[in-house]
Amino acid sequence: MSVTNQTQSQAQPPTKNDTILLDVKGLKKYFPIQKGFLRRTVGYVKAVDDISFFVREGETLGVVGESGCGKSTAGRSIIRLYEPTAGQVSFKSQVLGSNGQTKTVNLLDLNAQEMKSVRQEISMIFQDPVNSLNPRMSVSDIIAEPMIIHGMKMGQDTEDIIVSLLERVGLRSDHLRRYPHEFSGGQRQRIGIARALSLNPSLVICDEPVSALDVSIQAQTLNLLQDLQKDFNLAYIFVAHDMSVVEHISDRVAVMYVGKIVEMAETDALFTNPLHPYTEALLSSVPKPDPLYKPHRIMMQGEVADPSNPPSGCYFHPRCRYAQDLCKEKSPEFRQIKHDHWTACHFAGELKLEGI
Amino acid sequence: MSEPLIEIKDLRVEFNVREGIVKAVDGFNLTINRGETVGVIGESGCGKSVTARAILNMVPKPGKVTSGEILYYRRSKENPSDGQSRTTDVLDLTKLDPDGETIRQVRGGEIGMIFQEPMSSLTPVYSVGTLINEAVSLHRLSPVKRVGAQITETIQTHRRVTKAEGRQIAIEMLRKVGIPKPNERVDSYPHQLSGGQRQRVMIAIALSCEPVMLIADEPTTALDVSIEAQILDIMRELQESSDMAILFITHNLGVVANMAHEIVVMYMGKAVERAKVQDLFYQPQHPYTRSLLQSIPKLGQKKSGERLASIAGSVPDPFHLPPGCVFHPRCPAFMPGRCDTITPQWTQVGDDHWASCLLYEEAGK
Ligand SMILES: Nc1ncnc2c1ncn2[C@@H]1O[C@H](COP(=O)(O)OP(=O)(O)OP(=O)(O)O)[C@@H](O)[C@H]1O
Ligand SMILES: Nc1ncnc2c1ncn2[C@@H]1O[C@H](COP(=O)(O)OP(=O)(O)OP(=O)(O)O)[C@@H](O)[C@H]1O
Ligand SMILES: [Mg+2]
Ligand SMILES: [Mg+2]
Repeated sequence: MSVTNQTQSQAQPPTKNDTILLDVKGLKKYFPIQKGFLRRTVGYVKAVDDISFFVREGETLGVVGESGCGKSTAGRSIIRLYEPTAGQVSFKSQVLGSNGQTKTVNLLDLNAQEMKSVRQEISMIFQDPVNSLNPRMSVSDIIAEPMIIHGMKMGQDTEDIIVSLLERVGLRSDHLRRYPHEFSGGQRQRIGIARALSLNPSLVICDEPVSALDVSIQAQTLNLLQDLQKDFNLAYIFVAHDMSVVEHISDRVAVMYVGKIVEMAETDALFTNPLHPYTEALLSSVPKPDPLYKPHRIMMQGEVADPSNPPSGCYFHPRCRYAQDLCKEKSPEFRQIKHDHWTACHFAGELKLEGI
Repeated sequence: MSEPLIEIKDLRVEFNVREGIVKAVDGFNLTINRGETVGVIGESGCGKSVTARAILNMVPKPGKVTSGEILYYRRSKENPSDGQSRTTDVLDLTKLDPDGETIRQVRGGEIGMIFQEPMSSLTPVYSVGTLINEAVSLHRLSPVKRVGAQITETIQTHRRVTKAEGRQIAIEMLRKVGIPKPNERVDSYPHQLSGGQRQRVMIAIALSCEPVMLIADEPTTALDVSIEAQILDIMRELQESSDMAILFITHNLGVVANMAHEIVVMYMGKAVERAKVQDLFYQPQHPYTRSLLQSIPKLGQKKSGERLASIAGSVPDPFHLPPGCVFHPRCPAFMPGRCDTITPQWTQVGDDHWASCLLYEEAGK
């Protein structure tokens, strides 16, 4: 692989194909709640509760939703940093194929060796840059580590790759010998990004990858991610809270609420014509960089739902301003309302919801 | 009515690292008035967090405050209704013993702080043997203690309440910051919470002591926009009810536009522009500020594959700073022969509006 001699590509509509790279079906991750001296299991936190989605080659799927709704857990379950409770995660793998042919595998069936190989193809940028950076390793070692784990020898070549990665994320080569604590929050986040890109993955799970960056470096980083996407046909799962960033980078967006996907659509459709009341409420709270702007925020009444003891029917009903009796009783099906526009709301399409 | 609470004067903080000296904060001035919110924005690594830590006398090693002062106008605690006039002491926070009694009352009690990355201490490898100097544990979540106990301890350090009352306040604060089932979650360990939930625990801790000033370093980055809005409301309410000042550090220009009364823009350890919030967004003067504002992705204007504007070049090497104005190699308004030789001075460019840029020096004089 070589990140060294990529061409800076000009703005062009990206050519996306329809090949599905990752197909997640019925993914669940429940954390046991243990109590007492004997650590008896008294219940479960249903952090991810039966979600299904796919990601095409070279495409970006944005994921947004309430803090604590299971976005990070979903990301970690896909690459089995958490062992999922149930589900299927089909992935089109190069390394597990033979004779240049790809092979579609269920990641949840792979043994440790196979999983290790696949981790070259799926990498993750972690939400908390500090947690993922070993404080005793220099920046150079941190970025080189995945390459070494996968059998590359340190030498001039790897050194060059590391330097060019650092430069592409806006750090300097004189940073190589420094340690993570010597950097600011945003600089550490960029070290995590460089590391995730070092193995030439085909899918990168980006968990809040630009949240610690100032808007200019954020812009550079988003441009970089888009360039790499075009040059290497990379796919991203892009988890973020900043809706303008998500809108900018994503082809499609999934909205999660208490462990479930409640809406999924092409970016434009989702932002301009949301079909789920939670999406509408979320969009109404987006702050704008304009001191004179007065948002018409939709206040969600009631308590934030608890994933260990979710409400009956539609999980959002206690906070939904459109809720009817049906919503308390019956859980809505996740269904397609318009072309490529899915949602789980009994009254989807009947409600007139406000977008951006 | 503006009564200064904190005055930072010519603050300099240096890090002595292997390759030389990093001037993380390089002659920074700022006044924060009671009841006001000052937003600080600027390039990643420009010294925002280090400045915030300097206020609490918590600069991480091997950093040192090499000059300047941070004055804290501290009101005596006596009851204002007893007829006696209140007295105000002036403390230079940089001169206090970092482990002494006074700074410990200030930290977390009179001045609350929400740190960037509240979850950093959760990795065991991180807390062992790192050089980050954590003077007090109360500003980091300890991975081995239940969150409720951690909030209660802080409350008890600074307020005269029993353990049971402290726990009750803790639960109430957790509810306020939107943690579901606060009476159960109060007994969780930090790793059982999501990133945003941990951040909200830190916010609960910082606000539970009713500080006169809150230092909020990226307080809502890990939160979804609706909880973010809710937390910002709580901060504003506290500000109104108790005249709390807020130093609000963030990269989120949408948030700062709605929170701050005044904004300071930093670049390479210095303030480059300061203005009332509306002036800063509507009439930015410094070319760096202008470029920053142009880099924001605009909501509702998606164009497929479109690239964002960003500032050319990268932050200069701190060991070989460019001569003249440090921003000149990246500046779209660069004037050869001037910007690369003359160091710009802090110049008034409008009502309550200051910038350090040679474009304005003649005009200002
Ligand atoms: N190890 C764990 N044990 C028990 N519960 C957990 C664990 N990790 C996460 N949870 C719970 O699972 C839920 C989902 O957490 P997750 O970290 O996936 O949320 P998130 O959507 O990434 O939130 P954020 O936006 O705040 O990062 C939360 O309610 C959290 O408290
Ligand atoms: N422990 C340390 N050792 C050496 N240098 C340090 C240390 N801590 C911070 N620095 C340097 O000081 C400068 C200022 O860091 P600071 O954390 O204040 O930046 P910041 O403005 O908060 O950035 P961000 O927006 O990314 O959080 C950075 O260039 C950083 O590399
Ligand atoms: Mg998360
Ligand atoms: Mg910082």
